[in-house]
Amino acid sequence: MSFPTFLFYAFAAILVFAALRVVTTRNPVHAALWLVLAFFTAAAHWLMLRAEFLAIALVLVYVGAVMVLFLFVVMMLDVNFDSLRAQFRNYVPVAATVGVLVLVEMALVLLGSYLKPGSAALPAPAAGGNTRALGLLLYTDYVYAFEIAAVVLLVAIIAAIALTHRRRRETRYQDPGKQVKVRAKDRLRVLGMPAEKRDG
Amino acid sequence: MITAPALAHYLVLGAILFAIAMAGIFLNRKNVIILLMAIELMLLAVNMNFIAFSSFMDDMAGQVFVFFILTVAAAESAIGLAILVLLFRNVGTINVEDLDRLKG
Repeated sequence: MSFPTFLFYAFAAILVFAALRVVTTRNPVHAALWLVLAFFTAAAHWLMLRAEFLAIALVLVYVGAVMVLFLFVVMMLDVNFDSLRAQFRNYVPVAATVGVLVLVEMALVLLGSYLKPGSAALPAPAAGGNTRALGLLLYTDYVYAFEIAAVVLLVAIIAAIALTHRRRRETRYQDPGKQVKVRAKDRLRVLGMPAEKRDG
Repeated sequence: MITAPALAHYLVLGAILFAIAMAGIFLNRKNVIILLMAIELMLLAVNMNFIAFSSFMDDMAGQVFVFFILTVAAAESAIGLAILVLLFRNVGTINVEDLDRLKG
């Protein structure tokens, strides 16, 4: 067994184990941490497939941002997670049946090429590196899709803030519109007051 | 003698990941957080297939698609978690069985 093959099987074993723990663990915080391990190992697989940019993007975007978001939400919600697992064991048969069925169906399709000896090896890496090749493609052929992706992210940011933002009643807010529209006569009242005469 | 993992190795790995995620959706059908994590696992399996095909067939378009899938998945999980927080604030639970207000 060559070294790349050994690495593949080692990473694949870690990845499958981590994925299994994600769906079976009792504590959602642990599930999120196992998911971090799964993403990290998948990034290692992608590095072996010479997709360096996407491997780093997976670590930065998923491990660095999305999983932290998951952890924040899991820790923020005060949920009794044990009650959510009340009938966990009742679902094991149907889950195992569906999972094995999906796997067998896919394997039946894939085995045709899996058993074929002497499969093609990885082609030579792109000149100038994977990131350069991806960037060249992204900013020419797929530039409109790239811009739409940017808009999708912007909409997601606005939607997430708009959904979760709430005004607290006890907090005092400034209203810039009212501040700009205010006139001097709204603030300052000049009273007509006759001068007092000296009695003596 | 196979000296390096071939395309089919990665495809089978993706299939295993997808099957695990699908079983996970059935196992944790009450917990919305774990359901979202299982969806992330499914997307990871799909991305694995895309990158394997892209590398072995020497076509960068597959990796461009993975880039867009990552973008959309990040947006999806951000909005999904925002909805989850809102749900918990209004209903006080994230149990799927209790979310029957629409009586569907």
